[in-house]
Amino acid sequence: MSPQAWITTAEALAEGRLTLVSLWGETDRVHMAVLDEANALHHLSLACPFGRYPSVGKVHAPAIRLERAAADLFGLQPEGLPDTRPWLRHDSVYAFLPVTGEHLHVVPVGPVHAGIIEPGHFRFTCDGETVVRLEVRLGYAHKGVEHLMAGATLEHGARLAGRVSGDSSVAYALAFAQAAEAALGVEPPPRAVFLRALMAEMERLANHLGDVGAICNDAAFAIMLAHCSVLREAVLHEAATRFGHRLMMDRVIPGGVTVDLDAAGSAGITALVQEIRQRFRPLVALYDKTASIQDRTLGTGILAPALAARFGAGGFVGRASGRTFDARRARPYAPYDRLDFEVPVLTQGDVHARLWIRVLEVEQSLRLIEQSLARLPAGPISASLPTPLGGEGAALVEGFRGDVFVWLRVDATGRIGRCHLRDPSWFQWPLLEAAIEGNIIADFPLCNKSFNCAYSGVDL
Amino acid sequence: MRKTLFDSLIHRPFTEPLPAPEGEIHGLDQAARRRLGRSLAIRVVDAGSCNGCELELNALSNPLYDLERCGLKIVASPRHADVLLVTGPVTRHMEAALRATYEAMPAPKWVIACGDCAGCGGLYAQSPACLGGVSAVLPVNLTIPGCPPTPRALLAGLRRLMEA
Repeated sequence: MSPQAWITTAEALAEGRLTLVSLWGETDRVHMAVLDEANALHHLSLACPFGRYPSVGKVHAPAIRLERAAADLFGLQPEGLPDTRPWLRHDSVYAFLPVTGEHLHVVPVGPVHAGIIEPGHFRFTCDGETVVRLEVRLGYAHKGVEHLMAGATLEHGARLAGRVSGDSSVAYALAFAQAAEAALGVEPPPRAVFLRALMAEMERLANHLGDVGAICNDAAFAIMLAHCSVLREAVLHEAATRFGHRLMMDRVIPGGVTVDLDAAGSAGITALVQEIRQRFRPLVALYDKTASIQDRTLGTGILAPALAARFGAGGFVGRASGRTFDARRARPYAPYDRLDFEVPVLTQGDVHARLWIRVLEVEQSLRLIEQSLARLPAGPISASLPTPLGGEGAALVEGFRGDVFVWLRVDATGRIGRCHLRDPSWFQWPLLEAAIEGNIIADFPLCNKSFNCAYSGVDL
Repeated sequence: MRKTLFDSLIHRPFTEPLPAPEGEIHGLDQAARRRLGRSLAIRVVDAGSCNGCELELNALSNPLYDLERCGLKIVASPRHADVLLVTGPVTRHMEAALRATYEAMPAPKWVIACGDCAGCGGLYAQSPACLGGVSAVLPVNLTIPGCPPTPRALLAGLRRLMEA
């Protein structure tokens, strides 16, 4: 495409006619994926013979960090980018935004945190207890995933994809598999498609249950954490029993899945669904009837719907702020096109709304699991991959945190030429910085947990 | 709230039986270990994991595994810690923070490499962005394998360190 068409697309993004899905680089080329108003996915690619391209971040802020990352990884220079500091590269002293003002003080936190959390650096500028600015510095967990992808076999690539963010292992492996299948022109067998949905919903269930408990715990309502973590453990235990791994890593592969489910497995998961439905309801009622916890969650960390829409925020972050997008509904991939479920959306945009979206999604995941079990077709669980001819493929899959995007190119030898994986948190981290503004610093853990952004997922 | 608390009184405890100690200990100062008694304070550092290990480490504190019944405690400050438990393949970007945490701990101190990444670099052993496991940076006393190690495997490894 021409640089002019690239600039036109950037302007359409800035005007809100398109939504940015991702922007990534290669040695001599820059790529962009966007969604139009009908949720059709468009892939754009611009040759950069001189290592330069017109910046999208110049007019559309959500692209800034992606462009900084592409500059770090491939040396591509975005012309006109307002923020040219390195993002994934840490080899120089980082220039944090300057702080001026008589009453302000700075609270630096991390990358080593007080609890068991991933590494990241948070720099709060406060006026008394009120946060006037948060600047997040990431990249500490940068493992060179996309570098390792280049030249890897699809089998190895699937293992890497399943470890981009351990809590979203199924979602990433599924997005990778769908992209590989699109590149090679393979259809996974129907049984595999339903088993994938089953695992994806169990992953969502486990994470949402864990998050509901953990958010409450960050406001010292520990009883919710204790009970929710017992339910989460029940899901993981069932996953280990039926699929052989608690986080269901390496179960989804290009072509299908690696494990089948027998009648006893179906019965076990059905019993799990009933157990969770029965035991989660009184816990939700407990949250709903306790004024002291709601005093902390209601009206805290509000994310304005306009900002969520501009950044194309996925998952509970977007859906708690009026953005209806859910990849399972907006771009229905099998088997979700045949399953009955609702996409809950709220508009308050506070901690409570993000928690409540999870509560509502727990019920939807339970329904989806029941339907997947009831309609599980017979047949093989994987298709063999053809002798590769090379090709490109992309996929957008709804993980628990939001839509996971994978784009990949397979070369003629069947190895991965380039694979790009975009976590939903690329667009959620900047929104956390916006949502915390004007809140007291003591509410940061609560806000942060309600966003639950990925570190490893964006550090790659 | 009252109903939930009352239900807890008549419900059997969730806690599962403890697994047997497991794993091979390297270079442990037995005398020092004995002096600390049947208790250890653990500081966890994520040196670039995918967060799979963190999920399972967090699970150790749930009512089923209940880490603290063993005298094991996760602490916030390295100054309070006897054990440094490290996850991840040790990214270049976390090397300085990991060293600083270790140096901030009072002696005697021990290091656990938790998970395959921390053990040997895992899938990232060949990555130029990683150092290939904890032993490239710090002396490791115990490795708990797994991707990620299950909470039971973590308990078994930690109990091994307790009994050494």
